[in-house]
Amino acid sequence: MSDAAIEAEALVKQFKKGPRAVDGIDLVVAAGEIYGFLGPNGAGKSTTVHMLTTLLPPTAGRARVAGHDVVKEGAAVRASIGAALQEAALDPYLTGREHMRLQTALHGLPKEERRRRGDALLERVGLSEAADRKVGGYSGGMKRRLDLGLALVHEPRILFLDEPTTGLDPQSRTSLWAEVERLARRDGVTVFLTTQYLEEADALAGRVGIIDNGRIVAEGTPSALKAEIGQPSVEAVPADPADRRRVEGVLERFAGDGDCPHSTEDSVAVRLAAGDAGLADVVRALDSEGIRVAHLQLHEPTLDDVFLDKTGRTLEGAGEEDGGGDVARPEAQPEAAPA
Amino acid sequence: MNARFRSVALGVAWRNLHNFFTNPVFVLPALLFPLFFFTAFAGGLSRVGDAPGFDFPSGYTAFQFVFVLLQASAFGGVFTGFAMARDFESGFGRRMMLAAPRRTALLAGYALSAAVRAVTVWVILTGIALLAGMEVGGHGVELVGMYGLALLVNLAAVLWAAGIALRFRSLQAGPLMQTPVFLILFLAPVYVPLGLLDGWIHAVASVNPVTLLVEAGRGFISGQPFHVAGAFAVAIALVLAFLTWALRGLRRAEAAA
Amino acid sequence: MSGGAALRTQVGQLALRSVLRTARQPAQIVPALVFPLFLLAVNTGGLDAATSIPGFPSDSYLAFALAVPFIQGGLFAVMNGGTDLARDIETGFLDRLALTPLSGIGLVVGQLAGVLAMGGLSAIFYTVVGLAAGAGLQAGPGGFLVLLALALTITLAFGALGVFAALRLGTGEAVQGLFPVLFVFLFLSSMSLPRNLIETDWFRTIATYNPVSYLIEGVRSLFITGWDAEALALAFGVAVAMSALFLAAASVSLRGRLVRT
Repeated sequence: MSDAAIEAEALVKQFKKGPRAVDGIDLVVAAGEIYGFLGPNGAGKSTTVHMLTTLLPPTAGRARVAGHDVVKEGAAVRASIGAALQEAALDPYLTGREHMRLQTALHGLPKEERRRRGDALLERVGLSEAADRKVGGYSGGMKRRLDLGLALVHEPRILFLDEPTTGLDPQSRTSLWAEVERLARRDGVTVFLTTQYLEEADALAGRVGIIDNGRIVAEGTPSALKAEIGQPSVEAVPADPADRRRVEGVLERFAGDGDCPHSTEDSVAVRLAAGDAGLADVVRALDSEGIRVAHLQLHEPTLDDVFLDKTGRTLEGAGEEDGGGDVARPEAQPEAAPA
Repeated sequence: MNARFRSVALGVAWRNLHNFFTNPVFVLPALLFPLFFFTAFAGGLSRVGDAPGFDFPSGYTAFQFVFVLLQASAFGGVFTGFAMARDFESGFGRRMMLAAPRRTALLAGYALSAAVRAVTVWVILTGIALLAGMEVGGHGVELVGMYGLALLVNLAAVLWAAGIALRFRSLQAGPLMQTPVFLILFLAPVYVPLGLLDGWIHAVASVNPVTLLVEAGRGFISGQPFHVAGAFAVAIALVLAFLTWALRGLRRAEAAA
Repeated sequence: MSGGAALRTQVGQLALRSVLRTARQPAQIVPALVFPLFLLAVNTGGLDAATSIPGFPSDSYLAFALAVPFIQGGLFAVMNGGTDLARDIETGFLDRLALTPLSGIGLVVGQLAGVLAMGGLSAIFYTVVGLAAGAGLQAGPGGFLVLLALALTITLAFGALGVFAALRLGTGEAVQGLFPVLFVFLFLSSMSLPRNLIETDWFRTIATYNPVSYLIEGVRSLFITGWDAEALALAFGVAVAMSALFLAAASVSLRGRLVRT
């Protein structure tokens, strides 16, 4: 295996008396990359994260994180990674500062260093003012930020974030995204991010792996994945319904190979051969024909379209069908060693 | 009471009893705890009956049986209150209030289920006590009087608990239902008659209404009825007071819904 | 940091957390202090007549029964220690700890620190209240130190049971469900009468085999007898054996709960 930050080869997790939650995953994440792991509830995202962070032994397959085998060198893996898992996992009776003190001490930081590092991280995640309040009184966004700060106390090179913005308001989400980007771009931290939100994967990830039923069904940059589906389409609603045929005629000139305009009662749509760069030409053409348009919209393919193309279901629909959460936490008994 | 009131009350009672009898988590503690207390008190403390001045004609087993009977009746009412709080916390209570034309029928339903649960416990408890050799000095009417008192205690307790459940509509109010009942029961003559109590406990037990109920019950079982009218008056007064309490709680729950 | 130093740091930090958590939950502290004393007051008032039974070992039922709160405090130790750890399991905090170099021993020992602190505080509180109410400590000032040591050992035993229960059962609700079972053990003992005065044969037999009886009798001996070597040896022996048993059981359960490669 290579010098990648994270590598998995045919990784499998079969729970006793339970589902095959991860069914042969191969992935490679380069150092400094933000890798998005996108999939509906129950797809196997959290189970994969638990295996890569040594909290679950794989049933089969191999994985290396920071150059260490996740099964044979668990302690070395844990020393190299930080993780903010699906639940914020905080003690409501401790303050933010007390959490930092505990975490720094457990990671073996010298006593003199603990306070300095803790205060710096609290400052970084914007919790200096709330540091001496009990976490039970924190908002969801504050808890997530503290969770992220705690994951960074030992300055890991690889960070696992398991659905970090689920349940957060838009402002908190944006703030967390900004911090994750800073970590990757400025500090060179490799980020493995699981999410069920398309816009999160789109906004943050350099590469995305789409997982469904325990397998990766698509992998690549967001733009490449979307481009596989096809070019964007334009939809025009003529101000005068009688102009619909004329709009069809104009849009036909910009259609891709084998495409033709598709009309409804009110609108006409077509996939653009030139992509979103063709929109300006469409506008000019409609204008030159003297056609007034009430509404003009460009529709880009989304990662949901990619998921639909690969699985026949949309991401939201897939989550509802599968009926709920990722299988992440095992029952109390130890698992058999992997093959 | 019209047919609709009856059908709502019976429906609520049936559901509660179905949940109770089909769920071991509910039914086992309700049956086992009174038996356990009876065993611990009557079995473990029987020598206390030999203390000078302890002169109960039917023996220590019967002496303790009455207390455990009333205790089981009271806690049976409280645990029905828990069920009510659970229903309102989950939203099922609101569904019932929407369906019932007269909401007092809901209260009647819970009270009816509490009574059936209590009678079930009494049957088992009485059977075990008789097998253990309990002497019964009282005859039919007196025993009916004893169980009648227990029924009134059960009713008072379920109305008390219902008042709390309807006001808080959450199981977190459970300790609020349970603790006063526990206190008032244990500040009565539990182990020895009132006359053998001393100091502050004697003073408190003397003014505790439950003392009259316990002593009257013990009078019934020993065939020496004691302050019967007073005991029933106290029991009925408690029922009426807690009925008002519960009805006001019902109005609060309606306003909140 | 060397292995020994690391373990000391881990235990110290988790112990601090455990003590802070206990101190910040009045709902855990107040009932543990107040409820046993309330029952003591009621039972003392209600059963004072029992001191007239021939062969009763004390003139004061208060002194006789003062041992019982120490054991009831142990029940609260099971509940509070167990539910705190169960909450860590349910919320995923245990996973957070698993991702650090924390050892399993460090986790268990640190977890018990808050329980022990509460046990020590309760023991002192019960003793002070009991003495103020007129009970004597026949074993004298030295006896108080032995009483404290015994109380802490009893708390350790019950606290270890709570930790085992939490690791085995995984939820606070399941741990709470143990309370009636432990309550039964308390009642089917020599808590209300000495074993030789329990008239009912089967009850006396159960009380004789019930380890809780020996814990009660050991504490009781310090109040009403003075220095009863046999009672103290049995009490310490039972408490140490229970501690060892439940700590071992907790270690086994920990392997299934603190899963990491």
